[in-house]
Amino acid sequence: MQFTNRSNRILQPARPVFVYLSLFFALLLDYVPFGAWSDYVPDFVALVLAFWCIREPLYIGMGFGFLLGLLVDIGQGAAMGQHALAYVVLAFLANALARRVMWFPALLQAVHVLPILLISQVTMAAVHWVAENGQVPELSYFLPSIVGAIAWVPLTYILLFPQFQPVDRDENRPI
Amino acid sequence: MPSADFQTHPVFRRGVAPHIRLLVYIAICVVMLVADLRFRYLEGLRSWLSVATYPMRMVAAEPVNLVGNTTEYFSNLATVQFENADLRRRQLSDAEKLLTLEHLERENAKLRELLRMSKRVRTYSVPAEVLYSAPDQFSRKVILDQGKQEGVEPGLAVVDADGLIGQITRVYPIQSEVTLITDRNQAVPVQVARNGQRGVMFGTGHGRLELRFVLANADIKEGDRLVTSGLDGVFVPGLPVAEVETIERDAGAFANITCRPLGGVESSTRVLVLSRAELPPPPPKPETGEPKLPTLPPALPRATQEN
Repeated sequence: MQFTNRSNRILQPARPVFVYLSLFFALLLDYVPFGAWSDYVPDFVALVLAFWCIREPLYIGMGFGFLLGLLVDIGQGAAMGQHALAYVVLAFLANALARRVMWFPALLQAVHVLPILLISQVTMAAVHWVAENGQVPELSYFLPSIVGAIAWVPLTYILLFPQFQPVDRDENRPI
Repeated sequence: MPSADFQTHPVFRRGVAPHIRLLVYIAICVVMLVADLRFRYLEGLRSWLSVATYPMRMVAAEPVNLVGNTTEYFSNLATVQFENADLRRRQLSDAEKLLTLEHLERENAKLRELLRMSKRVRTYSVPAEVLYSAPDQFSRKVILDQGKQEGVEPGLAVVDADGLIGQITRVYPIQSEVTLITDRNQAVPVQVARNGQRGVMFGTGHGRLELRFVLANADIKEGDRLVTSGLDGVFVPGLPVAEVETIERDAGAFANITCRPLGGVESSTRVLVLSRAELPPPPPKPETGEPKLPTLPPALPRATQEN
């Protein structure tokens, strides 16, 4: 595993425990009631799920999206399956784009991730459109996706931090 | 193409193709959505998952509470003094009202007896606290810290000190979900306090209310107070709901009436869940077909009070 496919540095393999913990922590962040700020807060579960779907497409995919979606539905009092559907679509797209996205630096990865996040939000809006006789959300509804795409670069470094550790702890250490 | 005698090497096996899996998951989600939205089949699963994730949600709410408490602690002394003065003033005016209330209640009971009218609706109430508002963009909902164990039932009215704020729509074992009256799908039967003109109040989804099905020439003015009519057999009659803000009468048979909610619909943190303690008489039976019985919560041995 490299940072991107063009970089020379070999990273340590991702630890499954860390992957699950990060998803759990993202779920916890999604449960935080941000109140008036919730229009600007990105959907952490969608973001972290997209990240691992791109980094580890063989292990993290639609099944995780489905389960996490149900848990988010419970927390938000939304219709059962609304977030699940959106995350399944998101996981599918992220898995499908994984090989391509890894060739780009983090900033250009964010450009790839933005439409994925937007499509998952459009899926949710479509569910409401069908269920509630043509209710269309305001434009600010898509703000969390844009904030999420901006947060992609710092998120990449935070989630890859354990993999940046050297194999031999003493290798680069100053005396 | 894999033929019958060809087997993929274990290294290359990745299970079912992603497209097929996507279709299967989408099918499951759509079935769940229909089962939940149209038929409410998934309430069991929902309430089970709600209890399972309860500790997580409490942990998540803690930092927000901490920030709120800290700002409250450091709040200006002047604010507290102002609040104190306001509360004292309120207490004085309430004390006067309380003194007359007892007298009026006795008088009311006597007059009703004289007129041979039925007794007023009795209510029971459960005090509750708003834990958080559901961050779903498409609805206006809040979660209360009281659930089935405390006697909360679906359909009950939720009020704060100033008026109606919503209705219980889902009950979990230890929590319950309130749909606020500003939600697009929430309807409340109301009447004008001044003259008894009836109408149905709908939310608009952005903090205002809309009084529908009132004729354009009806006697209704800006500033009129609207109270629940109790005709639905669920809400207690006479709860203050809203005040008429604007009226447009040039839009056809019905007037366009916008109202401002009286209660702190989006801001209240301490609320009361109110219910009728007794079932209202069943509606008149239709000539044909099965008679429909009102699906109301049973009377509970709670602190009942005369309303």
